[in-house]
Amino acid sequence: MHELSVTESILSIASEYAQKAEAKKVTDIHLVIGRLSSIVDDSVQFYWDFVAEDSICRGAKLHFERIPAMLKCQDCDFTYEITERLTPCPKCGGYNTAIVSGEEFYLDSIEIEKEEVKNP
Amino acid sequence: MSAIRVPIVEKIFDANDQIAHQNKQLMAQNHVYAINIMASPGAGKTSFILQTIKHLQSEFKIGVIEGDTAAVTIDADKVAAAGMPAVQINTGGECHLDASMISNALPQLPLDELDLVIVENVGNLICPAAFDLGTTINLLVASVPEGDDKPYKYPNIYRGLNVLVINKTDLKPYVQFDMDYFTRGVQLLNPGLTTFPVSCRTGEGIAPWIEWLKAEILASRQG
Ligand SMILES: Nc1nc2c(ncn2[C@@H]2O[C@H](COP(=O)(O)OP(=O)(O)O)[C@@H](O)[C@H]2O)c(=O)[nH]1
Ligand SMILES: [Mg+2]
Ligand SMILES: [Zn+2]
Repeated sequence: MHELSVTESILSIASEYAQKAEAKKVTDIHLVIGRLSSIVDDSVQFYWDFVAEDSICRGAKLHFERIPAMLKCQDCDFTYEITERLTPCPKCGGYNTAIVSGEEFYLDSIEIEKEEVKNP
Repeated sequence: MSAIRVPIVEKIFDANDQIAHQNKQLMAQNHVYAINIMASPGAGKTSFILQTIKHLQSEFKIGVIEGDTAAVTIDADKVAAAGMPAVQINTGGECHLDASMISNALPQLPLDELDLVIVENVGNLICPAAFDLGTTINLLVASVPEGDDKPYKYPNIYRGLNVLVINKTDLKPYVQFDMDYFTRGVQLLNPGLTTFPVSCRTGEGIAPWIEWLKAEILASRQG
């Protein structure tokens, strides 16, 4: 699986934004992952601690928001969720469908801590 | 200390996609048409590349980027034996090629002399789908013995495809493969996908693919 390189990308994006925001520390990272994107969040979590160890993101907690895989039937307009396997429209049996959601994979936001600005 | 939320909304694959875009530009500048060939191990990627080279080498100059880890140098040797420049990428056990590997390999090919670059991706149905390489098209070699339920099991890879090749049609009499069920699954994911059923063993079905590709290469030069 390619979760190692994916985890490295997450670290590099998060670190870049943290530096821009002059963060002292990154505490939380919020990821959005669609069910159809071939990412296994357990293995991202597994690599995270190794990858982030010597960085500003060390110890940050990963949060995964999972977006369901939704298909819309183009014949009868019925919208349905795919959980295990891809299936034709459960209402009319049609194969003429479009993917509505589930392919997302992005870094939504981070939570950081900053040094309090001291009063002169 | 104060806690602050920093909004980002950046695609995780952005860095890869940017390098892919540079690859695409580099190849466009050199008028090179490029194909990313994906498949599970043993589906027939190398056989399909060799067939394609055989039919096109009198008219086009072709380079190959070999990323298949299964048989490290053998495949590149076979291709070199066919008289075409080939670069072997050492993926270091990675399960896919990414855009930066291609970006390192491209300068090793005489791009200004080439018409076509064929990339043999690592044999895998999951990971290569996520990494755009910047090729003109993405092509999957599926094969009859793998079974007709692959689109239902590995929906991801079918999404970004421009061309689907169904190889080993000569084995249809020997294995259970419902072509209708297979293509309906593909239809769910990628309606109207250009598809070529072929046998790299007998050569059946190769001709329509070659005609299609020739027309594509010529059209891309005008465009
Ligand atoms: N029966 C049959 N065997 C094929 C065909 N195409 C390739 N093969 C065989 O399948 C095996 C794997 O082929 P190869 O091209 O190395 O697959 P790759 O791992 O995807 O590059 C080899 O033994 C080929 O001879 C075909 O159309 N029919
Ligand atoms: Mg091969
Ligand atoms: Zn329907």
